[in-house]
Amino acid sequence: MNERTDDVRSAVKEYILEEFLPGENPESLTTDTPLISGGILDSIATIRLVDFLEQQYGVGFDAHEISADHFDTLDQIAAIVVSKL
Amino acid sequence: MALHEIIVASAARFPDQMAVVDPERDVRVTYGALHKVSTSVQRLLEEAGVGPGSRVGICAPKSIGTVAGIVGVLKAGAAYVPVDSTAPPSRNGYIFADCSVDAIVADDKLLAGLNDELGLMEVRPIEALSPLGVDLVVARPPADRRADRSIVAPANLAYILYTSGSTGKPKGVMHTHTSALSFVDWCSKIFAPTPSDNFSSHAPFHFDLSILDLYVAFKHGATLTLIGESMGQQPARLAETIAEQAISCWYSTPSILRLLLEFGKLDTRDFSALRVINFAGEVFPVKHLRALKSVWPGPRYFNLYGPTETNVCTYFEVPEAIPEERTEPLPIGYPCSGDRCKVMDGDNEEVAPGEEGELYVAGGSVMAGYWNLPERNAEAFYNDETGTRWYKTGDMVRNVDGCYQYLGRRDRMVKRRGYRVELGEIESALYTHSAITEAAVIAMPDEESGVRIIAFMNWTEDASPSIVQLKQFCAKVLPKYMIPDKFSVQPSLPRTSTDKIDLQRLKDLEA
Repeated sequence: MNERTDDVRSAVKEYILEEFLPGENPESLTTDTPLISGGILDSIATIRLVDFLEQQYGVGFDAHEISADHFDTLDQIAAIVVSKL
Repeated sequence: MALHEIIVASAARFPDQMAVVDPERDVRVTYGALHKVSTSVQRLLEEAGVGPGSRVGICAPKSIGTVAGIVGVLKAGAAYVPVDSTAPPSRNGYIFADCSVDAIVADDKLLAGLNDELGLMEVRPIEALSPLGVDLVVARPPADRRADRSIVAPANLAYILYTSGSTGKPKGVMHTHTSALSFVDWCSKIFAPTPSDNFSSHAPFHFDLSILDLYVAFKHGATLTLIGESMGQQPARLAETIAEQAISCWYSTPSILRLLLEFGKLDTRDFSALRVINFAGEVFPVKHLRALKSVWPGPRYFNLYGPTETNVCTYFEVPEAIPEERTEPLPIGYPCSGDRCKVMDGDNEEVAPGEEGELYVAGGSVMAGYWNLPERNAEAFYNDETGTRWYKTGDMVRNVDGCYQYLGRRDRMVKRRGYRVELGEIESALYTHSAITEAAVIAMPDEESGVRIIAFMNWTEDASPSIVQLKQFCAKVLPKYMIPDKFSVQPSLPRTSTDKIDLQRLKDLEA
């Protein structure tokens, strides 16, 4: 379970760094960096990330799950994805 | 006629017809119920001292309660001031203080942030809204922050929409019941809505696309389907809602239609109810519009154009077939909403037909002016010798046989996902950071997203900033759609011979 979470977390981190933070030092993006409320994921970036997760892991999300309350950090995103696997 | 009288009239004619549906919370209200619940809000507001001449802030996510709040404000004779509930409290607090609201209809959870900005408020829950699954309150700012009577609001003011301001502070666009209805009545003619129509409400209420959604639907006893922010972020779910709710009149920015096209799995559902698709707010690249029309061939498509200051002042119906070789965007089209247009040069002289110039608009749907900005108002309008007041849009156009073509902007405003962004407002926000003493923001065209915003700045602290850190800072002082895509830290910024930051050099650097 934990290993799974670690794998998902690093895959999400890699995707965000590559797509939305090109050139950023990977150490600046920590497991609790606020992504939506911190201005890193805007609405279109969030849509692309959700699409990536759906394709990659074959999971689906409910509208209320994709919000700054539940989907704001690498930890939260990895936990939601793993809970659906 | 006033905007709320539209709802009262529809409540009398169609009391049992469904007025508003919220698919996410799975709640709905009839016209009869909307009339009743908005009157409860009106009473609470009146008890809080709201009346004709007041402004009332609206700060809540989209819900039936928010709609009832807006209607309640109008019924009390006041003007509503809707803000982006996800924007920083400092920006929303500024807006509410700027137009000295008498009260705010707010979501419970957003009160703490507003209290920090405006001072501790008196709060009363709106109990009539609880059955609809929303907890809204009427909050009253402290007495010294309310209703500045020294500023006289125009008679008949219905709402104030704040848009990005080049000097760093948002400015309030004032519309009266008359200017809103001038546009709404034109919509009646062109779209011929009926009570069996179902209108989407995709745009947030602080965005002027919402005026068509709310009042055209209500005027005709049609149903309004609310699309909240979280659903708006899931194109597949959004597509499902359009199909399931049998939405017949859609209105959004082209960006949203592109997301639906790309991620909505549009070939898997039944969209036969769709009969009108309106888009506005930015240029729709022709290749994407063509692709959308091939997936959704049934409906009529309209390009609606107009800055917030004019509602919609020109329109263009997209032809059945767009030639394969066409790449230039469709025209913005022909004047509407009782407006007149002309193309002017820098000396307020009309240019020859077909020549490029700035679009001026006069007529029924044009705003009353900006809230409490006399100098800005003097610049924004041109009064001709006949006494006609023309709004200078800042948009460069060409008039070809009566049909207007959009060419670009005269100033430093850009459109991002349909939202207006003044690059100067981003610069002002960057200057509030203690480590930044020089900042300049440019916009570059982008094939995918339309425009990319790049911030150049110096940095006076030892450790250079991370992108994450800069984005976090911007998220605290700017709405999300204004956060730059890219940051570039420079030892110092290039200057022109007159010692201004050389924006052209920065663009060349980036190109």
